[in-house]
Amino acid sequence: MATFLFEPGFFSSGPVHVALVIGAVSAVVTGVVGVFTVLRGQSFAGHALTDVATTGGSASFFYGLTPLLGFLGAGVLGAGAMDLVGVQRLRGRDIATGVVLGVATGVAALYLYLDTTKSATTGAAQQVLFGSIFTLDSSTIPVVAVLSVVTLALIASIYRPLLLSSLSADLAAARGISVRAVGLLFMLALAISVGLSSIAIGSILSTALLIGPAATSLRLTRSLRRAFAFAAVIGVAATWLGVLFAYDSYYWFPSSQGLPVSFFIVLLVFLAYVASGLHPIPRALKRARLDGHAAAAQRVR
Amino acid sequence: MSNGPVLDVDHVSVAFAGREVLDDVSFQVQASEFTGLIGSNGVGKTTLLRSVLGLQRIDRGEIRVNGAPLSRHARVLGYVPQKVSLDPDVPVRARDFVALGLDAHRFGFSRRTKDERQLVEQMLMDVDAERFADTRVGSLSGGEQQRILIAHALISQPSLLLLDEPLANLDPKSVEEVVSLLHRVAKDHGVAVLLSAHEMNSLLPVMDRIVYLTNGRAASGTTDEVVRSDVLSTLYGHHVDVLKLHGRVFVVAQPSESDVEIPEHSTLTIE
Ligand SMILES: Nc1ncnc2c1ncn2[C@@H]1O[C@H](COP(=O)(O)OP(=O)(O)O)[C@@H](O)[C@H]1O
Ligand SMILES: [Mg+2]
Repeated sequence: MATFLFEPGFFSSGPVHVALVIGAVSAVVTGVVGVFTVLRGQSFAGHALTDVATTGGSASFFYGLTPLLGFLGAGVLGAGAMDLVGVQRLRGRDIATGVVLGVATGVAALYLYLDTTKSATTGAAQQVLFGSIFTLDSSTIPVVAVLSVVTLALIASIYRPLLLSSLSADLAAARGISVRAVGLLFMLALAISVGLSSIAIGSILSTALLIGPAATSLRLTRSLRRAFAFAAVIGVAATWLGVLFAYDSYYWFPSSQGLPVSFFIVLLVFLAYVASGLHPIPRALKRARLDGHAAAAQRVR
Repeated sequence: MSNGPVLDVDHVSVAFAGREVLDDVSFQVQASEFTGLIGSNGVGKTTLLRSVLGLQRIDRGEIRVNGAPLSRHARVLGYVPQKVSLDPDVPVRARDFVALGLDAHRFGFSRRTKDERQLVEQMLMDVDAERFADTRVGSLSGGEQQRILIAHALISQPSLLLLDEPLANLDPKSVEEVVSLLHRVAKDHGVAVLLSAHEMNSLLPVMDRIVYLTNGRAASGTTDEVVRSDVLSTLYGHHVDVLKLHGRVFVVAQPSESDVEIPEHSTLTIE
C-alpha cells in the first residue's frame, strides 16, 4: 500500500527532504501569521506583500542574489512603505495597499522582462511566481529555521497587545498600547512569512498559504489558540501532500516533467476550505456550534 | 490617593479645522460618583472623552486625573468606546475578552495565574455574564456585549470608568439593566463613572452629577442645579423650558421660534 502511495525513492531523495522541511516550517509560520492577518482584515495587505515579494524575487535573479534575500528585503521595504502611506488608518488602508501594490507589480514586470532576456535567468519568472521547492539547497534550511523562530517569537512577544489592537484599536490605544508600533511589527512578521512561503510555493501563490489555512481554521474552532494550531497543521498537511503528489506525478505522466508542487498545495488548501464549510460536520464541532445556537436563542428571548 | 477630584477638566478647548467643538469646558468628577455627560449628537461628547484618555489633542486647558496632568492615564482609566465592531467569526470568547482587560498591555506570552483567572470569573459574575462567558464575543447581543466591555474596562481596577454612549443601541429593557448594573458595580468597586448619553431620563435615578454639553460649552452640577430653565437657556443661548413629568425631564425649545434648533431631548415619548 505504501508503495502505491509513495513512488520509489521518495524517502531517500535529498530534494524531497529539503522540500518537506522548508515547506513545513514556512507553513507553520504562515499559518500562525495568517490567522492574525484574517483577524485584522489585512488579507489585501498580505496579498500586496506577495506582489512586492515578486518584485524582490525577480530583481534578485537579475542581480544574481539568492531569491530569499530578494523576497524578504522587498517585503520588509514594502511593509514599511505601506505604513508610511497610511496602512494603519482604516480608510487609508486599502488605498495605501493599492498604491504600493501597483508600484511593486510594475517594477516586477520590468525585472521579469529583464530576467527573460538575460540567458542565465530565463527560468526566473516560473521560479519567482510559482516556486521551486525541489530546487532549494539544503543550506537554505538553517536560514529558514532562524527566520521562522524569529517570526514566531515576535508574534508571541506582542501577542496580547496585537490581539487587542486587532479587536479594537480604540481600546488598545486607551490602554496605552502603541497601536501603530504593534501594527508595524506585525507587518514585519507578515513580510517575513510571505518571503518564506514565496520560496516554497512562489510569491504569487503565497497568498493561498497565508489566507487559506487561517480562514479554514477560523471556521472550525471557537478558540484562538486552536485556530493557530489548526492553521499550522492544515498548512503543513497541504504542503507535505503537495510535495508527495508532485513527486508522484513524475511517475503518473512519464512523458512530461510531472506537475508543479504549488498547484497541488493550493488545490489542497482550497479543498480544505471548501470541506470546512460542508455538512455534516464532525460531532465535536457540531456540539460547539449548538452551544453557540443555544446562546443565540437565549439572546432572542 | 488624594481626596481631590478623580477627574479635573480645566478650561479645555478643542477645535477641528478652526471650528471649536469644545470651548472652554470645565468640570470635575468626584471619586465614586456617577456623572452623566449629556448632550445631543455632535456636541463633542466623544471628543471630550477621547481628550481625557489622551487620544485627542487638546488646544487649550488642562486635564488632570487624580491630580496628575495628562500624560499616560492608561492604567487608571477604564474605557468603553462608542463603537466596538466585533466580527462574529472572531474566535475570542467573552471570557478571553474580559481577561484582555487585565493584561493586554503586557508583552510576552505568559500563562495567566490562578489569581488572575479567578479575577476574571469574579468579574464575569459581577456583570452577570457567566451564562455567555464561552460564547464568541462578536456574536453576543448589544446588551451582552456592553456587559463584557464593562467587565473588560473594570478588571484593571481603574479609578475612573469612561463610557461613550453605552446605551445608544439598546432596547429600553437592556438600557435599564445596563444602567442599574453600572450603578451597582461602580459602587462595589469604588470607581467613578463618567457616562455620555444623548438622553438623560434613563440616568436620572443613578446620576450624582450631570455635565450638560451644548454649543461647545458645559454646565455641571447636580441635576437639580443644572437641568433648569435659566441655566440651560443661558447655555443654549435661547430660551428653553424644562418640563418635569412623571419623574421624567424634558427640555423643550419655544415652539414660536420656528427657526430655533430644537434640542434632541424634546422628543416626547408617550407611554
Ligand atoms: N477627527 C475629527 N476631525 C474633524 N471633525 C471632527 C473629528 N472628530 C469629531 N469631529 C466633529 O466634532 C464634533 C463633535 O463630535 P463628537 O465628539 O463625535 O460628538 P458626539 O460624540 O457628542 O456625538 C462633530 O461635529 C464632529 O463632526
Ligand atoms: Mg459620540
